Amino acid sequence: METLSFLANGFTVAAQPINLALILVGCFVGTLIGSLPGLGPVNGVAILIPLTFAFGFDATSSMILLSAVYYGCMYGGRISSIMLNIPGDEPAIMTTLDGYPMAKSGRAADALAISGVASFIGATLATIGLTLFAPLLAKAAIYFGPADYFALYVMAFATIGGIAGIDPRKTLLAAFVGLMIGTVGLDPATGVARYTFGSFNLYDGFDTIVALVGLFAVSEILMFMELKIKTAAIIPLGRTLPRLSTIKEGLGASFRGSGIGFIAGILPGAGASLGAVMAYTFEKQLNDKDGTFGNGDPRGVAAPEAGNNAASGGALIPMLTLGVPGSGTTAVMLAMLISLNVQPGPLLFEKQPELVWGLVASLYLANIALLILNIPLIGIFTRLLRLPSWALMPFVVAISYLGVYAISHSPFDLMVMVGFGVLGFVFRKLDISLVPVVLGLLLGMDMENNLRRALSISGGDPSILIESPISIGLYIVTGAFLVFSIYLSTRSHKRRDV
Amino acid sequence: MVKHFNIIRKASAASLLAFVMAVPAGAAECIAPADPGGGWDFTCRTVGRLLTEEGIVDGNVQVTNMPGGVGAVAFANVASKRADDPDLLVATSTVGITQIAQGKYPAGVDTMRFVAMLGADVGVIAVNKDSEFETLDDLLAAMKSDPDSVITAGSSGVGGWDHIRLLQLAQAGGVEDLKTLRWVQFDGGSPAVTQMMGGQVNVVSTDLGEIAGFVESGDIKILAALSDEPIEAFPDAPTAKSQGYDVTGYNWRGFYTGGDVSDEAYDGWVANLKTLYDSPEWQQAAIASGLTPIWRGGPEFSQYVIDQEQLMGNISREIGVIK
Repeated sequence: METLSFLANGFTVAAQPINLALILVGCFVGTLIGSLPGLGPVNGVAILIPLTFAFGFDATSSMILLSAVYYGCMYGGRISSIMLNIPGDEPAIMTTLDGYPMAKSGRAADALAISGVASFIGATLATIGLTLFAPLLAKAAIYFGPADYFALYVMAFATIGGIAGIDPRKTLLAAFVGLMIGTVGLDPATGVARYTFGSFNLYDGFDTIVALVGLFAVSEILMFMELKIKTAAIIPLGRTLPRLSTIKEGLGASFRGSGIGFIAGILPGAGASLGAVMAYTFEKQLNDKDGTFGNGDPRGVAAPEAGNNAASGGALIPMLTLGVPGSGTTAVMLAMLISLNVQPGPLLFEKQPELVWGLVASLYLANIALLILNIPLIGIFTRLLRLPSWALMPFVVAISYLGVYAISHSPFDLMVMVGFGVLGFVFRKLDISLVPVVLGLLLGMDMENNLRRALSISGGDPSILIESPISIGLYIVTGAFLVFSIYLSTRSHKRRDV
Repeated sequence: MVKHFNIIRKASAASLLAFVMAVPAGAAECIAPADPGGGWDFTCRTVGRLLTEEGIVDGNVQVTNMPGGVGAVAFANVASKRADDPDLLVATSTVGITQIAQGKYPAGVDTMRFVAMLGADVGVIAVNKDSEFETLDDLLAAMKSDPDSVITAGSSGVGGWDHIRLLQLAQAGGVEDLKTLRWVQFDGGSPAVTQMMGGQVNVVSTDLGEIAGFVESGDIKILAALSDEPIEAFPDAPTAKSQGYDVTGYNWRGFYTGGDVSDEAYDGWVANLKTLYDSPEWQQAAIASGLTPIWRGGPEFSQYVIDQEQLMGNISREIGVIK
C-alpha cells in the first residue's frame, strides 16, 4: 500500500506539464534515434544530456526525458530490423530473424504492430516489476557472482546454435568468428594489449555497434549493388495497416519474453541484448514445431521485442538501487545523475522519493505514449517499402556513416565499419548468419571477463565454476535445453523422412 | 505521404547532424578520453557545464568522448593533430598518469602541457559491515600470514591505480609476497562493492566517490582512507596514516592541453579553471560527488605530474608490473 501512495505521488510529479511534454518529446526523438542504424539508446541519451543542462532541467525532469528517450529507442530499434533487415541497435538484432521475413512476405504492418504491442507489454511489465520489487530484486542480484554470470553466458551460447540458419555448423562458425573478434583490445584483467598490432585505435577492441552497422547495413548495400546488376527483388507491399487479429498471435510470446527479458535486465551487465536472445531462443524451442521460426513467425517477432524492452526496464533497477548500471545506456544515465548531485545507490529511494517515483510514473506514461505514437507510424513506415531501393540505399549509407561517426568522432571506426561490411557480404554469400557473429562479439567479452574474474577469485582453480547453486542450476537448465533440442530435431528429421 | 515522410527523415537527419556536429568555430571543447559514464566524462561534463553557467567561457563547452586505450587514443590524437589547439582541454587523472608511467601511452608526460587539477577522489579500503576484519591491522596481518587467503578487488586491472594503492599499503604492512595476493578486476567501484556484498570478494580498494552511498547506508565500512586528513563526509573513517601506515592514494581530476599551445592560451586556461575552482558552485559540485576540492595549477601542477609519473614508475617496477 505504501508503494501505491508513493506511486500516486509520482504521478503528480509526472503529470506536471513540463514533464508530460518531455515524455512526449523523448518518446518521439527516442523512436527516431532507435530506428536509425548506428544511433542507439546510448548515443541518443548521450546526445541529449547537454540539452538537459542547456535548458536547466532539474534532475527529475532530466531523468524523465532521458528515460523516455531510452524506452523510445527500444521501441524504435525494431523498425529498421523489420523493414530493412538492419537492426537499429544491438538489442534489435533478434528481431531481424523473423521480422524481415514477415515484411518480405507482405506482412510488414503486422510485424510492426505485433512488435509494437510486444514492446508495450514487455516495458509495462518491467515497469510494474520495478514498482513492486525494485529493492528486493536488487538484493537478489547481488548474489550473482562471476561464476554465475559465466554460466549464464554459457547458456546463451549453447542456445545460439538453434537460433538461425540452416546449418548449425555455420552458426557455430559464425559465433566463433564473433568470439575471436571480441578478444581484440586491452585485456581488462591485466592491461595487456591483444591483437592490436601497436595501434591505439584497437586498444578498446571493436565497438559492437560499429560492427553491427558494418555487418548489416554496409553489407546490405553491397548486396544491393550486386543485385542491381541482376534483378532487384520486389517486396510486395501488402496491407499498410495491421489487422487486430494478428496482434493476438504474439501475445503469449510477449508475456513469456517479458519474463525472461526482465530477469536478464536486472542482472547488471547482462542487459537488453541478452534478454532478447534468450527470449527468442526460448520461444523457438517451445513453439517451433513446424519450422516457421526464421521464416516470419509472429511469435519470433514478439518474443525478442518484449524481451529487450522488459530488459531495459529491468536494467533501471540495479542502476537506481545499487548505482550499478545494467546496460550501456543506464551507465550514461548514472553519470548524468551524479553530475546533477544525485547519488544513486541504496539510499536513493529514501532520499529522493520524488525523483524515483516521478520517474517510475513517467515510465508508465511513456509506454502509453509510445504505443499510441507507434500506431500511426506503422502506416508511414510500411510506405517506406514503396521507396525504390536506389532512393533508399543512399539514405542507409549516409545514416550508417553519420551514426558511426557520431559515436566516437573517429575516421578509423568508419574504416572498421566498411571492413565489417565486406566481412558481412562474404558471410552472406556463404549463407552464414550474421546474428551469431554480433552475439559472439557482444556477449563473448562479458563471458570472458567473468571467467577471468571467477578464476582470479579462486586463484586459478576451475572448480569455482560449478560451486554455487546458481551456476549449477544454470548448467542443468542448459543441459536440459540441449537434450530437448536434440530430441526435437531428431524427431522432426524422422517425420520428414517419412 | 512518401514525400512528407522523406521530409521528416531529412529534417531529422539534419537535426541529428546539428546535434552531433554543432561546434561553432572557436568554441571550447573538452575531450573525455572514455565512454560516457566514467570519471573523465564526469569531469568534462561538470566542468564544461559550470564554465558556461558561471560565464567564464562564452557559449557551451562541447564534450567529445574519445574512448580508447585508457586515454591513449585521445593522447595520441591530440599529440599528432591538435597539439596547438588553444580551445582544447583533455580530462585526465592519476589513472592516466599511471598508464603513462607504465609506458602504455605513445609518449611521456612532457608531450603535453598539464593545466590544472581541481579536486581529488580519495582511495579507500572497504570491507562488508560484518567482515571479520575490524581494523586495517587485522586485514594486513591476515594478508601477511597468508597472502592467498584474502580476495581483493577494485575497478582497475592488475597494475592499475586501485591495485597499486592496495599493494603500497600491503608493502607498508610488511606483506612480502605481493604477487600472490589475489586481485579481481570489475568494471567500476560499485560493481566491485556489490560483488563484495554478495560474498564473492573480501576487500575492495577503490575511489570513495562512486561507492559513498554504500558507506552511508552502512552496507560496508571503511578500514582505511588513503588521505592525509580524515574525509569530510565520513570523519569517523580512520586514515591509513593515523593507523601507522604512511600511504596516501588520491585520484586527482584535472586537464592537459596540447604541447604546442601558446603560453597565452595556456595561462588563460589556468586562470579560467582557477576562477571556476574558487566558485562556490564547483566546491559544492565536487563535494557532492565525493571529490575533495584541491587546487594545483600551471607550472606547479606540471612539476607535480612529472614527479608523480616517476613515483608510479618506481612502484610499478617494485611490484613487477613493468620491468
